[in-house]
Amino acid sequence: MKKIDKKNITIILALILVYTLVKVLTKMEIIDSYLQLNIVLIGINIILAVSLNLITGFTGQFSLGHAAFMSIGAYTSAILTAKLNQPFILSLLISGSIASLSGILIGIPTLRLKGDYLAIATLGFGEIIRVLALNTDYIGGAIGFNDIPQYTNWTWIFLMVVCTVLVVNRFINSYHGRACISIREDEIAAEAMGINTTYYKVMVFAIGAFFAGIAGALYANYFYFIKPDSFGFMKSIDILVIVVFGGMGSISGSIVGAIVLSMISLFLQSIPELRMVIYSVILFIIMVYRPTGLLGKGEFKISKKGAKLNVSISSK
Amino acid sequence: MEQLLQQLVNGISLGSIYALIALGYTMVYGIINLINFAHGDIYMVGAYVGFALTTFLDLSFLPSLLISMAVCSILGIVVEKVAYKPIRNSTRIAALITAISVSLFLEYTMMYFVKPDTRTFPEVLESKRMTFLGGSVILDVKNIYIVVITIVLMVILQYIVHRTKTGKAMRAVSLDKEAAELMGVDINKTISYTFALGSALAGAAGVLVGVYYNTINPLMGVVPGLKAFVAAVLGGIGIIPGAVFGGFFLGMTETLVSAYGGSIFKDAVAFAILILVLLVKPNGLLGKTIKEKV
Repeated sequence: MKKIDKKNITIILALILVYTLVKVLTKMEIIDSYLQLNIVLIGINIILAVSLNLITGFTGQFSLGHAAFMSIGAYTSAILTAKLNQPFILSLLISGSIASLSGILIGIPTLRLKGDYLAIATLGFGEIIRVLALNTDYIGGAIGFNDIPQYTNWTWIFLMVVCTVLVVNRFINSYHGRACISIREDEIAAEAMGINTTYYKVMVFAIGAFFAGIAGALYANYFYFIKPDSFGFMKSIDILVIVVFGGMGSISGSIVGAIVLSMISLFLQSIPELRMVIYSVILFIIMVYRPTGLLGKGEFKISKKGAKLNVSISSK
Repeated sequence: MEQLLQQLVNGISLGSIYALIALGYTMVYGIINLINFAHGDIYMVGAYVGFALTTFLDLSFLPSLLISMAVCSILGIVVEKVAYKPIRNSTRIAALITAISVSLFLEYTMMYFVKPDTRTFPEVLESKRMTFLGGSVILDVKNIYIVVITIVLMVILQYIVHRTKTGKAMRAVSLDKEAAELMGVDINKTISYTFALGSALAGAAGVLVGVYYNTINPLMGVVPGLKAFVAAVLGGIGIIPGAVFGGFFLGMTETLVSAYGGSIFKDAVAFAILILVLLVKPNGLLGKTIKEKV
């Protein structure tokens, strides 16, 4: 059993504070619907980035197909809530599970590949899923899936973000998590120490895909409408950029990265023609001057005492 | 049978384009191990340069092809010097994201200047149709132009890589960078040269596509770029004949699939083949298996 110490209490209090603050501000209408939309997007991006960080940052498996899992989750949830009238919680879980299952299915054959080759294979998987979605009439094809009930709200986003961060954090600090980190550091050495590398790679793929599926479901049930092109190659890149920007192998980095990058694109909305140009320049400058990301492999710490927890990830 | 022949004609033309772009990917990957995502956009720039030359300056086909290739090779060198040189020693993923940022930069800067609309490429080559087998197989002069130009460019490339001193330096750097440097090869110059060659080929592909399909837009490089990259991987990335083989293979498979009822799944086929090939031969069809060393 985990001891409830001072640090955990601080974190829980901070979480409750953030939750009620946003809730109250929304009630008082200081946070308007445009800001709300951005908060939801930030939340979804945090879930996606943290789950991809588990695959790419902690286990070192280069995936360019994360948006495909999101797409699977989004479409599953859209079908369950709009066509079969299932409750949201059930559809969230099923979306996550189906995304996770497809993660296992695609992971078992492709995770034998290494580095760039794995990246290309996952990219290919993402494109295949997109083309399949484009050509399936039941889910709207190229026109998109309309009239999805809006269930996602601040409470759901908040709960899911906390849940994702908690699960990934606990996983990384467990026996299995250390096995994954050892795969990132040196796969051959890890194998020599008796770690079943394929098993762990598929495992993180399944966990990462599960949360990506949930993020997809949250997305579908917030925007009423989804189309296959929202989950293309560029979306996968966007998620990867958040992970690298925040710092590979840093959960708090992913959270900060998601918030900062969403803010940047929010500010750039006012100059639509030059938005992507400036975005690409920012990206380039970050990669040249801070290739390890904002936080590197470290975690953002509230107190110095917590430093001990991160020994396993900040080594090297 | 006639349909098959007709589709083979189309497939070879499409395959030539893929092969030309794939060559650039494979050369850059071979020499600095970087997936140069901006390569597809250099091809787009090539198409626009060709468009500007033929529309506004009324140049004919060959001069605009050559000028466009020259402009693209300069662009390639600039991209390498400005963007890829600073990150040459950083991690794979940082390099990849830099490449993507360059790609986005080229796409959207272009879009800012030329506006996102699709433009129609002027008819610089007269369309002369030749028919075979009682009119059921049509061979356009454009098809012949594309294939001939592709073959000529490939022969030139083959000559440069295998018969000249710079080509030797390129092969040496791709084999072992440190050893090549110790032997007195100027690494920076060789890498720039590789980018120049690859980008010139992409520029040629851009003009050829403009002439063949008649439409160009600022995002035209994304999908062919990805597919040409798939072609390079199919043949074995880093291997020049592999890229050519992969390009033609992919072009033909795609046209055959669309001809026999699967046109809506055309884009997925390339990637499905890629995954299958990678599973059976992880180093590509012509790649050599490299033993893993600790």
